[in-house]
Amino acid sequence: MSLIPYIDHEHPVTGVTNAKFGIWLFLASEVMLFGALFSTYIILRTGATVWPHGYEVLNIPMGTLNTAILITSSVTIVLAWAALKMRQLPKFKLYMGLTCLLSLIFLVIKYFEYAAKFHHGYYPATNTYFAIYFVITGLHGLHIIGGIVVNAYLLGPGSKMYATEPERFTGRVECAGLYWHFVDLVWIFVFPILYLL
Amino acid sequence: MSASHGHAASHDEQIKHTLEHWAHEPFWKKYIFSIDHKVIGLQYAICSMVFLLIGFGMMLLMRWQLAYPNQPLPLIGGILGESLFPGGVMSPDTYNQLGAMHGTIMIFLGVVPLSVGGFGNYLLPIQVGAHDMAFPKLNMASFWVFFIGGMIMMFSFLAPGGAAASGWTSYPPLSVTAQNAQSYWLVGMVFLITSSLLGSVNTIVTAIQLRVRGLSFMRWPVLVWAQVITAFLLLLAFPPLEAAGVLQLMDRLAGTSFFMPSGLVVSGEVLQVSGGGNPILWQHLFWFLAHPEVYVLILPAVGIVGEIIATNTRKPLYGYRTLVYSMLFLGFTSFIVWAHHMFMTGMGTTLSSFFQATTMIISIPSVIVLTTYLLTLWGASIRYTVPMLFALAFLPMFAIGGLTGLPLGLTASDIHLHDTYYVIGHFHYVVAPGTLFALMAGVYHWYPKVTGRMFNETLGKIHFWGSIVSINFIFMPMLLMGMMGVSRRLYDQTVYAHGAAGQSYNLVMSWGAWALAIFQIPFIWNLIVSLKKGKVVTEENPWGGTTLEWATPTPPPHTNFLHEVEVFRDPYQYSPNRNLLPQFVKE
Amino acid sequence: MNPTPYPLGKLPLDISTHGAGIDQLIVYIHIFMAILFVGWGIYFLYCLFAFRERAGHTPQLEEKHFSLPKYVEVGVVLVEVVLLVFFSSPVWGSYKNDFPDRNEALVIRVVSEQFAWNMHYPGKDGKFGKTSPQLMDGTNPVGLDRESENGRDDIVTINNLFVPINRPVIIDLTSKDVIHSFFLPVARVKQDAVPGMEIPIHFQVTQTGEYEIACAQLCGVGHYRMRGQFIVKTPEEYATWMTEQEVELANELGDAPPAETAPAAEATPAAAPAAESNSEEEGK
Repeated sequence: MSLIPYIDHEHPVTGVTNAKFGIWLFLASEVMLFGALFSTYIILRTGATVWPHGYEVLNIPMGTLNTAILITSSVTIVLAWAALKMRQLPKFKLYMGLTCLLSLIFLVIKYFEYAAKFHHGYYPATNTYFAIYFVITGLHGLHIIGGIVVNAYLLGPGSKMYATEPERFTGRVECAGLYWHFVDLVWIFVFPILYLL
Repeated sequence: MSASHGHAASHDEQIKHTLEHWAHEPFWKKYIFSIDHKVIGLQYAICSMVFLLIGFGMMLLMRWQLAYPNQPLPLIGGILGESLFPGGVMSPDTYNQLGAMHGTIMIFLGVVPLSVGGFGNYLLPIQVGAHDMAFPKLNMASFWVFFIGGMIMMFSFLAPGGAAASGWTSYPPLSVTAQNAQSYWLVGMVFLITSSLLGSVNTIVTAIQLRVRGLSFMRWPVLVWAQVITAFLLLLAFPPLEAAGVLQLMDRLAGTSFFMPSGLVVSGEVLQVSGGGNPILWQHLFWFLAHPEVYVLILPAVGIVGEIIATNTRKPLYGYRTLVYSMLFLGFTSFIVWAHHMFMTGMGTTLSSFFQATTMIISIPSVIVLTTYLLTLWGASIRYTVPMLFALAFLPMFAIGGLTGLPLGLTASDIHLHDTYYVIGHFHYVVAPGTLFALMAGVYHWYPKVTGRMFNETLGKIHFWGSIVSINFIFMPMLLMGMMGVSRRLYDQTVYAHGAAGQSYNLVMSWGAWALAIFQIPFIWNLIVSLKKGKVVTEENPWGGTTLEWATPTPPPHTNFLHEVEVFRDPYQYSPNRNLLPQFVKE
Repeated sequence: MNPTPYPLGKLPLDISTHGAGIDQLIVYIHIFMAILFVGWGIYFLYCLFAFRERAGHTPQLEEKHFSLPKYVEVGVVLVEVVLLVFFSSPVWGSYKNDFPDRNEALVIRVVSEQFAWNMHYPGKDGKFGKTSPQLMDGTNPVGLDRESENGRDDIVTINNLFVPINRPVIIDLTSKDVIHSFFLPVARVKQDAVPGMEIPIHFQVTQTGEYEIACAQLCGVGHYRMRGQFIVKTPEEYATWMTEQEVELANELGDAPPAETAPAAEATPAAAPAAESNSEEEGK
């Protein structure tokens, strides 16, 4: 079909498809993005005269629940991909649907957390702790929303590709999964540094 | 054998099919929202050249105020608006706006989009033998995101308070407390950074995955190496600035204090922010990008110059491998020198020793790059085409730019020279007669390939000689004025006795700048008129180049190549009898 | 006296004790740069002429290996190491670390703002009073609390930095709003003034005269006119000036004039002129 090679099969030297190569590069840049934010966190915290403990001002149970939800969604997206590998489209749809659902629940919980903060008068301008809290979790939330859009697309209209190019479609789901794992991984860092420490 | 032959036949069939399909696409799909890397490359190139002109024009206005402080601008002073030019005289705030935007436009909207977006997009896929970028739609997206970012930057002049005026470096707290449209600048930057990230992913994947048969890494043309290393720098250095941009935006809009320490008193009022932030943090995040950014500006230029020198010396590039390793080393090292921009922020001796040492180390590969090009000239048969003139001029100009970095990279001499005109002279030598000359060389060199017409040689030579002479009248006095200790970014340096003592240099610089502007007219004229009037070029390889872009029809069709191509040897090979051994010709 | 401290195209006059090292380094680097550039230039021009395309000239295609560039490269590295280790680091190290004794040096706080330099002298007791951002206003630019311990005799001047020759000076530099950069071209001193930080610098000058303080960091619309006076006096003149300030301050605050401690060669309190001192102490 296309004149661009390695869309649905691996390059013999690099061992990856174009899309997978691309997503890894993109994730490398994402590491730098969040790395910069985590560095900011460290510099602000070491330079601060007072720094609230996360567990004093944040809701640990809600945070823990969200951590569990995200980890579960990482599992379901792997199962979705595995189902495609075994050429089981309905099973893929089930697991992908679950992933989307779980990520939506994450956002809802996040919404209640934010609402509670605002209710108690905690805003980004309150102090540098809340400033970095809102920026990191907000940016992470945007990444979640981006992931939901992609996953929902793959679940819905995007899945038409399965009929014509199943291998390429599976590759796309794998890329979405890699991205989703990354978002999950960021949260694994966010949770302890903002909530627990 | 027959299997591969059959494969080739079906490949050619596909090319034919794709071309037929493309011919029936509507105009807007072919030329506006195009996924063809060549069209996108040209879109980038044209946009960025317009931006370069705008950024240059701003500087021409500023140079009036510098040469003739507080005198109304002749002719145009009255029509530029009473708010920016009260009584036809540039106001200090306007000066700061133009200064900040000149830097921003030249770097982020001019040089980088031209060298990476323009040359990278157009040439890299062809030089690796691909029919397009790996992700054509992403490519289109990255151009339009860039375009939106550029428009936000330009429209910020109309925003309340006028465009950003805190320098292209946007140091807080100044940038946070500024009443100017700094927020537009930050949002614009977020768009430009996003565009760069999309573009660099595409570049790397294309260069590595879409190489044709036979094109091993060590057979990549220098320009491909340069573009790939550049793409890695953009990919890894830009995100911290994106993060920093978001943080500064929060400081401005949400009242956070990431970069705002406690106890700030602005205009006699205690600032109502929570405080606790750190203004130096911005500088670290900013320079973590902005130093690699310097190499983003230089490396594609080095690549272009390499291509042109190899073609016009009619002999192999000296030390290709050394050159490649030096560029790789430059790329890596550029990540650990950033704090040499910050020696005067109160840095202690331990940290500054580290950054001094890395800065000295990074000068070594730069010298090697220059040396390999100079050695290529030995025993050559130098053909003085217009692109070659510009490429040759790049060498001494870049040398001055690089050498003048030494006293700035050593802390003791930096005490006196930091933030003076010496710095301005130094990096302009690198970027203006350095990178920009290389880019002009590239424009001339690939003009016949891209347009199918030859430019006018005489106009090109007028452009070259006029530019090389006048540009040195701008930047050489800057170095001397920096020696005198005149600070940069001064609206009127005659306020100071030591500034007034050096004021005569400003006259030289300004007239040099205006002369340089006049000598760009033949360039622009040449580019436009030669499209219609230039001699038609039909041959595939008018300059006798050895890399894959010279295997395409002129101008290249949508699929770049009409047949499957293959690479048989290293780039820049010549044989005594035929004098030319392109990569794509089987002996 | 020199005709001008600012000769065209050259380093300004140097009146500091540490500046010679900086100037020497700048000169040496430029000699090194010139040698490299001229060397390359001669080779470059020769190539451009000797290897131009012409009838009967063919390029040399065989792989050549040159060893001279390797020696040049090693030479460059060695020179850089020497410049770094023997010229830059010692000067920088003493500039950053070798502070004079605070009890013997003249210690001045400099608080920069858009667009002025406020000098805060500790006064006769040699100790600074408390300052706070809340007290900062037009008449009290450094936010000095006159009621605090040690604060009553502090001297504040705007844009005029008076120092004596041959005595170490320590400046504790800070900023109340944005980042400025404190630059004394003739004393080879430069340091960013960063809000939220108090950064000490030190120097000693050897030649009297009136020089300039420049702002080297873009600090806003008035950056270009953020010029201060750097007035270097003999110790006697400096003492006279200081006594004048003290007397004037005492008058303003309604305190007893500090006549008994004034040096012998002292002007009478009544004659204290305010011409060259822009001191604006805040009365109670």
